[in-house]
Amino acid sequence: MRARLRVKAAFRLKTALLLVCLSAPVMAWAVDDPSEMLPDPKQERQAEAIGAQLRCLVCQNESIEDSSAGLARDLRKVVREHVAKGENSQQVIDWMVARYGNFIRLSPPVTVATLLLWGMPVLALLVGIVSAVMIFRRRTVAPTPLSEAEQARLRELGDGQ
Amino acid sequence: MSSEQTPADCQNAVTRRRILFGGPLLIGAGLCGAAFWKMLSGMQTGSFNPHDINAPVTGRPVPDFKLPDQTPGTGFATADLKALTRPVLINFFASWCIPCIAEMEALLALQKQLPIWGIAYKDKPENAAGLLKHAGNPYARIGSDRDGRVAIDWGVSGVPESFLIAPGGMIVWHSAAGLDSPEVSDGLKNALKAVGG
Repeated sequence: MRARLRVKAAFRLKTALLLVCLSAPVMAWAVDDPSEMLPDPKQERQAEAIGAQLRCLVCQNESIEDSSAGLARDLRKVVREHVAKGENSQQVIDWMVARYGNFIRLSPPVTVATLLLWGMPVLALLVGIVSAVMIFRRRTVAPTPLSEAEQARLRELGDGQ
Repeated sequence: MSSEQTPADCQNAVTRRRILFGGPLLIGAGLCGAAFWKMLSGMQTGSFNPHDINAPVTGRPVPDFKLPDQTPGTGFATADLKALTRPVLINFFASWCIPCIAEMEALLALQKQLPIWGIAYKDKPENAAGLLKHAGNPYARIGSDRDGRVAIDWGVSGVPESFLIAPGGMIVWHSAAGLDSPEVSDGLKNALKAVGG
């Protein structure tokens, strides 16, 4: 019984090791596959720089250069084809944005919406400070002087002691 | 400034102070209002959904493509979609994709309402054919996108994805989720009504 368990455990370990070995090439696909690279080192560097700015839409927080997802590999291939044709980085990024929207850019472009988004904390602070100052100023206004009747009542109370 | 201040000077000083304090407050409040209006109006149209990564494709004509046949259907190209006189649903699927298989039942029901054209995404033709044999075939025409390059032109980031095409070849609606979810099928129904389907 115990021997059988040990055999089972060994089998499980072997399967686990086999799975790790099998997944190794998948992990290596990410950037190091030489067949993916462009022959011209300058163009390859440009393609890598473009890829680093593009989001892998499957993993979402990795660039397509870092991701091992199938779509990321396809997009890397597309980037290299465009670079090999002699397009500049902006043209390649525009091509991607036309298909996937600004979401594919890891750093969002400056637009009215993003400016408002980034400026919101400053705006909120400014509005808060100004309204706080105005509220406190209103509170420190001197109280209205006592009326004749009130002063008379005050004297009356004082005399009572 | 002279040491003697007339009541008018004081009045001016108060007015100036009010402008100095009130000005930025008004501008700030205005900008805040504009920002919130932009966000809320975006939410209403669905354009502020951070996961809706294919927003750019709606409202555009279908991209240029040509797809070979995928058994048991015939392939199609841009011209076929542009020649249509009634709406059609384009559905990207793959035999290796579990949500696509889950979606099949909804597609089979939907096929009675409008034609559905399928695109097998990065799939072996025999595997895609096997899936349709096994799960049922909701597609009037089927093209094969072996290397997934047509899908990139459509802005597809993963299967299943569906696009509603209005007569004339305009993309009017898109979903990156399966049509078996009630929100998605409601969205499709509304979009279909809008194009007279």
